[in-house]
Amino acid sequence: MSAITTRKAGRFIGQSVARKEDRRLLTGHGLYVDDVSLPGMLHAAFLRSDVARGTITRLDVDAARALDGVVAVYTWSDLHGTFGEAWHTMLGEELQVPPPLAIGDVRHVGEPIALVVAESRYLAEDAIELIEVDIDAGRAVVDFNTAAADTTNIVHQAWGLTSNAMVEVPFTPLSPDLDEVFANAAHVVECTVEQNRYLCVPMEARGILASWTPGRDEMDIVASCQGVHETRIFFSRYLQIPESSIRVSARDVGGGFGQKMFVFREECAVVLASRMLGRPVKWVEDRRENLLAASHSRNETGRVRLAIDADLTISAITVDHVADVGAYPPCPAIIDPMLLPGPYKIPRLGFSMAMVWTNTMGKGAYRGPWMFETTAREMAIDHAARTLGIDAVELRRRNLLAASDLPFTSPGGNLFKEITPLETLEHALTMLDYDAFRREQVQARAEGRLLGLGVCAYVEPTSMGVQSLASEGATVRVETSGKVMAFLGTTSHGQSIETTMAQVVADTLGVEYDDVTVVQAETQSTPYGPGTGGSRTAVIAGGAAREATLAVRDKVLAVAAHAMEAAVDDLDIDGGSVFVRGTPVKSMTMAEVAKAAYRNAHLLPPEVGSGLEATVRFRPNTFPTWSNATHLCVVEIDRASCIARVVRYIVSEDCGPMINPTVVDGQISGGVVQGIGGVLLEDFVYDGDGNPLTTTFVDYLLPTTTEIPVVEIGHVVTESSTNPGGFKGMGEGGAIGAHAAVANAVGDALAHLGINVLKTPLGPNDIHRLLVEAGAD
Amino acid sequence: MSTHLVSMTVNGIERHARVEPRKTLADFLRDDCRLTGTHLGCEHGVCGACTVMIDGRATRSCLVFAVQTEGGRVTTVEGLAPDGELNPVQAAFEAEHGLQCGFCTPGFVVSATALLERNPSPTDDEIREGLSGNLCRCTGYQGILRAVHRAAQSMGARQS
Repeated sequence: MSAITTRKAGRFIGQSVARKEDRRLLTGHGLYVDDVSLPGMLHAAFLRSDVARGTITRLDVDAARALDGVVAVYTWSDLHGTFGEAWHTMLGEELQVPPPLAIGDVRHVGEPIALVVAESRYLAEDAIELIEVDIDAGRAVVDFNTAAADTTNIVHQAWGLTSNAMVEVPFTPLSPDLDEVFANAAHVVECTVEQNRYLCVPMEARGILASWTPGRDEMDIVASCQGVHETRIFFSRYLQIPESSIRVSARDVGGGFGQKMFVFREECAVVLASRMLGRPVKWVEDRRENLLAASHSRNETGRVRLAIDADLTISAITVDHVADVGAYPPCPAIIDPMLLPGPYKIPRLGFSMAMVWTNTMGKGAYRGPWMFETTAREMAIDHAARTLGIDAVELRRRNLLAASDLPFTSPGGNLFKEITPLETLEHALTMLDYDAFRREQVQARAEGRLLGLGVCAYVEPTSMGVQSLASEGATVRVETSGKVMAFLGTTSHGQSIETTMAQVVADTLGVEYDDVTVVQAETQSTPYGPGTGGSRTAVIAGGAAREATLAVRDKVLAVAAHAMEAAVDDLDIDGGSVFVRGTPVKSMTMAEVAKAAYRNAHLLPPEVGSGLEATVRFRPNTFPTWSNATHLCVVEIDRASCIARVVRYIVSEDCGPMINPTVVDGQISGGVVQGIGGVLLEDFVYDGDGNPLTTTFVDYLLPTTTEIPVVEIGHVVTESSTNPGGFKGMGEGGAIGAHAAVANAVGDALAHLGINVLKTPLGPNDIHRLLVEAGAD
Repeated sequence: MSTHLVSMTVNGIERHARVEPRKTLADFLRDDCRLTGTHLGCEHGVCGACTVMIDGRATRSCLVFAVQTEGGRVTTVEGLAPDGELNPVQAAFEAEHGLQCGFCTPGFVVSATALLERNPSPTDDEIREGLSGNLCRCTGYQGILRAVHRAAQSMGARQS
């Protein structure tokens, strides 16, 4: 697709080189946590609550303990007092991970009550069946929209709380004339947008293998996680032992999408069990556990108001945002009302927000954790267009920021300098052939077909520089062989980091891509990194890799200059050779430079340092690094089945220069299909008593090859000034934009029937209900 | 629990082991044969990550007990590239970015290999239908579908 770019592609940066990860993964030689076995290893399984809220009145584990092959059964009383503080560097001391097992009462279905450790997972599950537990059930708090007002049923009553509101911020106008603007606006449009509960669902569920070695007093952990360093420092506090006594690795991780960013209470229990038993203990959850108890997301509601002038300028936007954080949220603090105006020239903003506890599984991060601001705004804009009888595309055209409007500071304080909202909208409309689509839609409606177009424009705050997330480290080393290794603090779980970061190092140093190996996801050899998430690898880890490589390049040049009796300024490196510019016959291979630097180090003069290694920490010069995109979705609803089928899906996005375009497109497509799933197929449902109804893949439906379109992707390329590569993050965008694009497409397909789509999911039952309510069935 | 002697050929090698009757083929392959390329993504027969070939037919090894495979001929993902050279499906997945985290990949590669053995020149709909029993959460299936088209073409070209 078309690209507007000023940066010259490198030999490797900008190229879709083959992935270094693929060969092992394609031949069945990946190493996920369940693929690791240690001598003497035991297997863990949890007894979980099947009651949403209640008091444990009896817990009898004697029969389980007596079963052959069972090594230990733990309840809270066994673990009490065996651990220290339980907080993450990124989230701070205030947010302690809940106790590893329930203490006296349960607060959601799936809460772990007891841990069995046995010679096999089969035996551990047998023992679970033998545990007798009685729970005196109380009335569960399930509806988060009414939970804050409920003063009778309190989720955390046992903590002495009297409210279900974890956080409540009253309405806050960020513009002094907000009321006046709404009072005088030509149009005020108001609606409530409801987003359904859906989940990360990595194909590899959670898992950990903890191995305590008595005598050495060391803990070796293999975890399915997004950050080995965060896992290590967490368990250093938790076990009250030095970081140096803990090694965490994650060779291959089968997806995360935010879910595996933080340590879970179950993992705490397994680590404690290993220390108490002095043996390796592995826990790999099953799919029911993952759906039930790993973390839930997206369950949010917002009442949105738009003030619109006579010329269709949107002059103010407000939201009253309520988010369900469940009982024990692994990561609740992911609301950002400052993002509400998004990529629009909307000058005024106001908001209130509430994060509400319920007796359901806790909220966790999921790819674009603050995407509800986009869903709320984009669905409200479509609602406004329907209400005013105007074209939703036209309403966006009048209000989206264009490059010529920049720099622009949003009423939430976000400064945009290098984004292209209007440009990506026009690009996407061209890819679609917008006018032709509208003609086709008129024809389709005349034939009684339900065809609709959904639009979603957004900005994505990538590489957020909050506290521990602000920096990444890299160590780059030319080895004694002349080959290059780069040690990064990242923990890839599908992002192709071994590939893309090798591209950055190879280009920056001037060596072959095949000669660079990236080591990551191992605590003892790599610099600290806060974890892979938040679309931060290209910008921050990429910046670190580049800066460390430049420092190594200087060392290579210094050694080569001495050996070749040339001036450093006359040298260049390309294709793995150092040569005198203009005299390519005079050159040294990287192996020869390495020999001079290591084997013949005694011959180097003092001003040329030994070794070819550098470690650098990199911090972008400003936060965040903004990227942006426009999504277009076309759906056709089958009137008989009420199934909405995505006919076309178009993304025009601007993530700056791409390190590996194929990897970028893969990230976009993956996110988009998660959004399509979230609207049309996926929905995690509780009944009124807090019983989960969707704990298998037969009930919780993921998209398959038969439900997804070809995702058409175009790129508009503007460089970011936050980092030397000009890169922008983009890992979450697909999932941020797709929800509203798909929902708006369904809305557009039904609008002429008088149906106003403001709520997801939009599965066949939901669409059927809408048609029946509109008398159009 | 009682155990039974089970014998089968796995990737061309005869395997004999005593297993509990309740042990799944997937666990037999992973634990007893140490072939960990066969992955477990749901253990209830939906995700397809555990797909292997039994006597040439793609089968979910989480839904089969090891003892049911007595005397069978099993091919796992490790058996598709025995000499280290990727088979046409694996090579096409690499060329078309048909994998990201790689966890579902063995199941897709086995399913696609079995699909193309059964139907060497499938239509796009046939490929989509043929792979609809495998879940991927990373790729949005774009690279996977391109890869299977590519593999079909390269295998057709090789035969003609």
